[in-house]
Amino acid sequence: MQSGTIDRVAGSPSMPGRLTAATFGALSFCLVLFAALAASAQDLPALTGRVVDRAGLIEPAAEAALVQKLEAFEHKSSDQIVVATVPSLGGEAIEPYANRLFRAWGLGQAGEDNGILLLVARDDRKMRIEVGYGLEGTLTDLHSRLIIENTMVPAFRAGDFSGGISNAVDDIIMVLEGNAAELEARAKRNERSGGGEDTVFAALFLIVWATLFFGGFAMAILPRIYGRRIGPGRYEWLGMTFNYNSSGRSSRGGWSGGSSGGGWSGGSSGGFSGGGGSSGGGGSSGSW
Amino acid sequence: MSAPSCQRPFMARLPAFLFLTLALPLLSACGYNTIPTLEEQAKAAWSEVLNQYQRRADLIPNLVETVKGYASHEREVLESVVEARAKATQVTVTPETLSDPNAFKAFQESQAGLTSALSRLLAVVENYPDLKANQNFLALQAQLEGTENRIAVARRDYIEAVRVYNTSLKTFPPMIWNALWFGNQPFQNFTAADDAMQPPKVDFGTQQQGG
Repeated sequence: MQSGTIDRVAGSPSMPGRLTAATFGALSFCLVLFAALAASAQDLPALTGRVVDRAGLIEPAAEAALVQKLEAFEHKSSDQIVVATVPSLGGEAIEPYANRLFRAWGLGQAGEDNGILLLVARDDRKMRIEVGYGLEGTLTDLHSRLIIENTMVPAFRAGDFSGGISNAVDDIIMVLEGNAAELEARAKRNERSGGGEDTVFAALFLIVWATLFFGGFAMAILPRIYGRRIGPGRYEWLGMTFNYNSSGRSSRGGWSGGSSGGGWSGGSSGGFSGGGGSSGGGGSSGSW
Repeated sequence: MSAPSCQRPFMARLPAFLFLTLALPLLSACGYNTIPTLEEQAKAAWSEVLNQYQRRADLIPNLVETVKGYASHEREVLESVVEARAKATQVTVTPETLSDPNAFKAFQESQAGLTSALSRLLAVVENYPDLKANQNFLALQAQLEGTENRIAVARRDYIEAVRVYNTSLKTFPPMIWNALWFGNQPFQNFTAADDAMQPPKVDFGTQQQGG
């Protein structure tokens, strides 16, 4: 009865005119969606590293130091801090832009959401510290605001963008380190879930795979060498009978391939990428 | 490859084949799971919206007290904020009643009332330099600002979740399940005009663009 109703419902738009209109509608919707996706993907800068200086505000020496500092800090705490500068926000307010960028980059570890985005929009003269869900309690909105107003704004007004940004990063790190116990616990947690489980899994997989693979060879070769011959092409070894006649019943025919190296995507391979964290709009904004 | 199974007569396998044909659409969910999944996602997004509005409501008593200490004679504005807060906390929309347009409208209006009362209060604060320099007030202001932004994010997420959910109710595979089984109504969403409404700008001195 159910399938009958399904047929009736599915078959209902059978008039050719309606069908064409529907197809056209669907097609144009797809096109619009695709265009919208392409557009939204286009206007966000790519995550090329821990410092994405699109607006060219940071001096190379300061940038190198910053990258090193941020990398060391992530190593210690697993918190991902990224500094981004953009020439312009394209008419958008900085809060939604920062949130979009944060989520597109997926800063912070997945599930931990411990990322921080320090965004500076050059032509709009605005900055924002966007804090991931997981750090909202540590780096509160008030902290972000104080860092912006007391550290960044004065330096930016004096034209010292490199100094303002790197001092702000120092302040952020200082606040996050203030909660030292939590920081260490988080680092340990992410280390274990990041490396440990994977390794055990890989080891287990290798053991099973090796047993199957080399076991096959062993079965084929060892009985002939060590076993007792009990007939043409039949050997007895370790209490089992092995039959190597191709037409026979008990031939332990090969396992068909299948296990092709298993593909798990390894973690960060050289380059820097977001850990899959998200943000709910924590943090604060300012302008200079 | 193996000979015996090929030699089995076709007729002998027909019942199994028919059974599979009938059962397969029922066994593999075939879009059955889509509606509950998306519905729960939309409900979760709504809970986050409520959560953030609640957070704003929780900040207000403190804010009012702090402002009172410096500007007690702005009775009218302060009272309107307290009143709007009381009204806004009364009207809630549980995830179960999200498809009720009236409840949703009432909720939206009460929250918009609180938003405008708050922005009036913050405009009044402009006249009290001592208050603006108060540490407690600065902290509250930063929190309020952050909360308004979190509300905006939560609303955006909700709008997107509901858009996906409502679309699933009207598009092909899940649509059938909805007609046959669930009979769900689409969820209400924030209207465009309301979404474009700016949160109260609480940073002073600098004139923000209207947007």
